[in-house]
This record gives sequence, C-alpha cells and structure tokens, in this order.
Amino acid sequence: MSATTQSPTAPDSRAPSKARRLLGDQRLPVAATALLFLVMYGVGLSRYQYYGFAEPQVFLNLFIDNGYLLVAAVGATFVILSGGIDLSVGSMMGFTTMFTAWLVERQGVPLPLVIPMALGVGAFGGFLMGYVIQNFEIQPFIVTLAGLFLFRGLCLVISKESISISDASVSSMADAQVSLGVGFLSIGAIVALVVLAVAFYVLHYTRFGRRVYAIGGNEHSAMLMGLPQGGTKIAVYTVSGFCSALAGLLFTLYIQSGDPLHATGMELDAIAAVVIGGTLLTGGSGYVLGTLFGVLVLGLIKSIIQFEGTLSSWWTKIATGVLLCVFILVQRIMTARKRT
Amino acid sequence: MTTSSRWRALTQHHLFWPVAVLVLLLLVNVPFTPDFFSVRMSGGHLYGSLVSIVLFGSPLILVAVGMTLVIATGGIDLSVGAVVAITGALACSYISHQADQNALSGVLLAMGLGLLAAVVCGLWNGFLVARMGIQPIIATLIIMVAGRGVAQLISGGQIITVNSDPYKLIGGGYWLTLPFSIFVVAVVVAVTVALTRRTALGLLVESVGGNAEASRLVGIRSRRIKIMVYVFCALCAGIAGLMISSNTSAADGNNAGLWIELDAILAVVIGGTSLLGGRFSVGGTVVGALVIQTLTTTIYTIGVPTQTNLVFKAAVVIVVCLLQSPKFRARLFGARFGGKGSATPAAAPADTAAAADAAPKMEVS
Repeated sequence: MSATTQSPTAPDSRAPSKARRLLGDQRLPVAATALLFLVMYGVGLSRYQYYGFAEPQVFLNLFIDNGYLLVAAVGATFVILSGGIDLSVGSMMGFTTMFTAWLVERQGVPLPLVIPMALGVGAFGGFLMGYVIQNFEIQPFIVTLAGLFLFRGLCLVISKESISISDASVSSMADAQVSLGVGFLSIGAIVALVVLAVAFYVLHYTRFGRRVYAIGGNEHSAMLMGLPQGGTKIAVYTVSGFCSALAGLLFTLYIQSGDPLHATGMELDAIAAVVIGGTLLTGGSGYVLGTLFGVLVLGLIKSIIQFEGTLSSWWTKIATGVLLCVFILVQRIMTARKRT
Repeated sequence: MTTSSRWRALTQHHLFWPVAVLVLLLLVNVPFTPDFFSVRMSGGHLYGSLVSIVLFGSPLILVAVGMTLVIATGGIDLSVGAVVAITGALACSYISHQADQNALSGVLLAMGLGLLAAVVCGLWNGFLVARMGIQPIIATLIIMVAGRGVAQLISGGQIITVNSDPYKLIGGGYWLTLPFSIFVVAVVVAVTVALTRRTALGLLVESVGGNAEASRLVGIRSRRIKIMVYVFCALCAGIAGLMISSNTSAADGNNAGLWIELDAILAVVIGGTSLLGGRFSVGGTVVGALVIQTLTTTIYTIGVPTQTNLVFKAAVVIVVCLLQSPKFRARLFGARFGGKGSATPAAAPADTAAAADAAPKMEVS
C-alpha cells in the first residue's frame, strides 16, 4: 500500500503498483461487463453475420426489448447502493400493467391521466415500504416481500384474466418509432435512456446521490456524520417504487395488455442486471452505467439464443445464472484483494 | 400489576404470537364450517380440515425447517424452490424411463438421485457462502435463477408424468390411516429437534449466527457448520420436491415449488426466528408454516375469492413483522400503558442499540 502516500493525481511510474491500483479500481467491474458485452456481441457477429446480426437495428432492439428492465434495474440500483433490497419490483410492474389496462380499457380513463396515477401509486407504495423499513426497523427483505405478495394479490383482485388493450392512444404510442438514421427506437427505449441519464446525474452529481452511497457504505457512520439517513432510505424505496411503476408502464406499452402474471420474477432479473453491472450487493459501491451494461448483457443472451434457433428458452436462465456466478466470484476476489 | 407482568411474560414467550395467530385463524373457520375441528374416518383414512392442513402444508414445513437453520446462521437460502423443481424433475424423469414404473428399486434409486442432486446444490451454496464468503442472498440467487433452467433441461421443457404406486406413496399415499407425508415431516422435524436441542449442534449453529468470526476464534468450525446447514436445507427442499411431484404424479420444472422460498422465509419469520440469525425455533417455524397453510385453507372455506389469498398473506406478513418489531411494540403498547412520553425515550436506545449491533456485523460479513 505504498501507492497511497502519493498524491492521487500524480502519474505513477512503477508498473506493479499501477497494476495493483488498476485491480483495486472500482470501475473495473463495469469495464469487465462492458468488455463481456463487446466480446459477446463480437461472437454474435461472427456466428450470425449472414442472418443480419450486424444490422444496427439488432443493437437498437436490445434497448427496445429491454427498456422496461433497464428502468426497473435503475430503481434497484438505488436500493442496492443504499445497502437494501427491493423484492416488490416484479409485482409492482405487474400491478401497473393491470391497473393501467383496467383504467384505460374498462373505465375509459384517458391515458394521459392514467400515467401519473400509476406512477403516483408506485411511488406511494415504495414510500410506504421505506417508511415501515425505516421506522419499525424491519428488514427490507421482509417488508418488500410483503409488498411482493400485496401487489401481486392486488393484480388478481382487479381481474383474474388478462386485459388486452385496444385503446388507440396506447397502440399509437407503442408503435411510434423514433428514427435515428441507422435504425429506430421505441418511445419506451427513449424513456429508459432518459431515466438512466437522470439516475446517473442524481447518483453522481447531487447531495442525495452521495447520501445513498454513504448509507450503503456504512449506515452507522453515515448516521454519526449527521446525514439524514432515515429520509434518504425512505426516498430510495420511493425511487424504486416509482421506477417499478414506470417500468410497468413501459411493459404495458411493449406488450399492450395487462395480466396478473406479467413480470413475475422481474425483481430477480433486475437484481441480476445490477450485480452483473458490478454494483456490490453490500451497498456503497457501483455505478448506474454498469447496470446499463448488465441489462444489455442479459438482453444479448436472449437475442443470441433467438438467433441460435436450436437452443431452448431455458438456456437463458442457465446462462444468466452462470454469468451471475462468474461476476459474483470476480467481485468477491476483487473486494478481498482490496481489503488485504 | 401482577396480572400485567404475567401477561407480559406470556406475550414475550417466543411462541406466543405465532400460536395466538394460528388459534385465531383456526377459530375464524368455525362460524363458516361448524365441523371444522371434527376428524372423520372414511375408507380406512382419516379425513378432516385439520388433517388436510397438515397434509398440504407438509412440503412447506419441510422447506421451512431447513430454512430455519440457514437463517439461524445469519444466512438465507433463496434456491429452495429451484431445488424442489430439480429434485422432482430428476426423480420423475428417471422413473418415467423405467420399464416397470412400479419397481421399488427403481423408485428408490430415482429418489436417491433426486436427493443427491439436492445435496450437490446445498454443497454449492455452502461452498459459496462459507468458503468464498459471498452474501447468502446472492450466493443462493445463482441456483434460484439457473436451477429452474436446469430443471427444464432435465425434463426437456415438458411436464413429466409418472404412473408409479410406490412413488405416489410419499406425497399422496396413506399409512396407518394418516397421510404418509405427515410421517415424513414428523421424522424430519423430530431428527432436527433432537440434533439441535439434545446435542450441542443447535448451540453451535446459533453461535455461528451470532458472530461467525468470534465462533471461529473460539474453535468452532463455523465454515463447516455453515456448509452443513445449507446441505441440510437443500436436502429438506429435496424431500419436499419428491413430495410435491409425488402428490401430483408429475414434475413441472417451471412451476413446482414456485414462491416456496418466500413462503418458507415467511414461516420462519412468523415462527419468531430473527432474520439476523443467532437464535432459532424449529417449533415456531412449524407453527409458522401451519399458519400460512391455515390462512390459505381459511380463505377457501370463508368463500373469499381465492385471488385475494396473496393480499391476506401480505397483511399477515406485515402484522406479524410489526408485532415482532420492538420499536413498533414500544410505540403501540408504550403509548397505551406508559402514557405519551414513554414511546420516544424507549425507541431511542433501541435505535442506537440496533445500529451498534449492525456495525460489527457489517465488518465481519
């Protein structure tokens, strides 16, 4: 640890400590995920070049097909950075699809009114869970588990059957294509990218973002430093609830129906994306851009399995599991190295 | 004053709230089904609501008992649902390939294979948690995600049906007038209780859960104990997997044991075992699992639409957790018995104590 005596900006002339510093760099997991994405994309290009894999639209489709997951994973990133966990993401998304479909189709409420209502319900749900976690000191795991049951149950209370949406405003919004010259993006994909940009700004350039990292790093220290950890914690779950509801809206647009079983288990996809993106599950360390790469890697697995044709869909689960495992082990080895 | 303190002692017993909730739930059924508590004999089998609650609750009790020990070491096992699916898929696919599906040796071998797969899953979880030092929730997430894929791989993505009488016995058969699965559960629970309460094993598990590093320093092989509890938990899940697939005579890689990990964790929490680890109650867990199963049955008998099942479950989770939260109790009962002022001072020390508890834990893990 001789390197620590030097000023951080001075260029380091000695190779070994440079390598050591590189390995200790918190950005390394993100770089590794980005590299993995590029390698996988390269493999895809070489294997399926005659099937049109090289077309820019295949790349843009990753955003179109996974925009909702990106939004949900961004919300999960906030929670995980703060050292918590939110298991209600998938249920909240499912509930939002049901809520939206029911209001638009059965009640005839115009979409511009339904969107803020759905987002409000999501944010309020997140706020309630955060409030209980903070004020009654019950573990986030169990409180959000109750949230999981509650919102999935509320889906079924609205309707046992799926409600398909034939509303013109929804389908025109879902089918809208934003041209980028080489291809197009859907409105959902644009919204997801905007959410990512806002989250990046909030986490890295605002006081709130720094508090999230601080309480994730060490909640006790953060409290002793006088940070308003209670408010921050509640806010983090509110953000996650809001993101889940927004992800649910994007999912509704993507699939144009509400179903009580929509987005089952999506919280695990979101957590997997965050972990593969290099965020430490103990909290306090990670980047929201890593989450983007995590989502892209998961999306690319799905695309490659589609292109492969002969592989069955369950390989997606196995591949996701193997990737999760590799990244968790890499994270572990890196944090062990940092500590010694 | 004495009645109040006696009441206090009673309410603070770790089984008080779970049993109270269970009794309350059972009583709720009586106005709707007057013969709820009656057990009748029919065709050499015992029938009745109580019997069916235990029968349908058997897999959950098994999984939850395994989960209790994992949680007692401060861990958690999310992979049990996937292990249920893998075990069922492996056993059923082996049996379905047999020429004679009723051959006892084939069925025993199939069960052995299934349980072996479960043990391997448990060893893997234990290895990641104890050797690699990965957070349990994440380490077990791997099999939770990949395991269902593996189960579908084994079954070729299809629901495998079997037609085997010996296999049917485990989950759907009767023995001595009672469902056979009740005996399986009784044996597992009895062995667990005997091992953890009649030997020092339970103490060791609690000590590892209290502080793994400190127990290692006093000479407890905390890593070995951790691996052991994950293997035990996976084995319990494996038996539950055999039971579930046997009851339906089919293995469904996608849906077998779906959400059972959450129900099991819920049962453990209702039973009064702290998710932070360090102490546990197998009896509480059994009561907790029965509470969940009774809740499901009650919802059916009352005639509430079944889709509200999950909403009720959520309500129970919230109520039980709030009742277990010292801060909530201080706020509720403190305000009632001790006047307005007592709530805040009582809550403040609890706050710092919990924070101080959390701080050393963070450094260890």
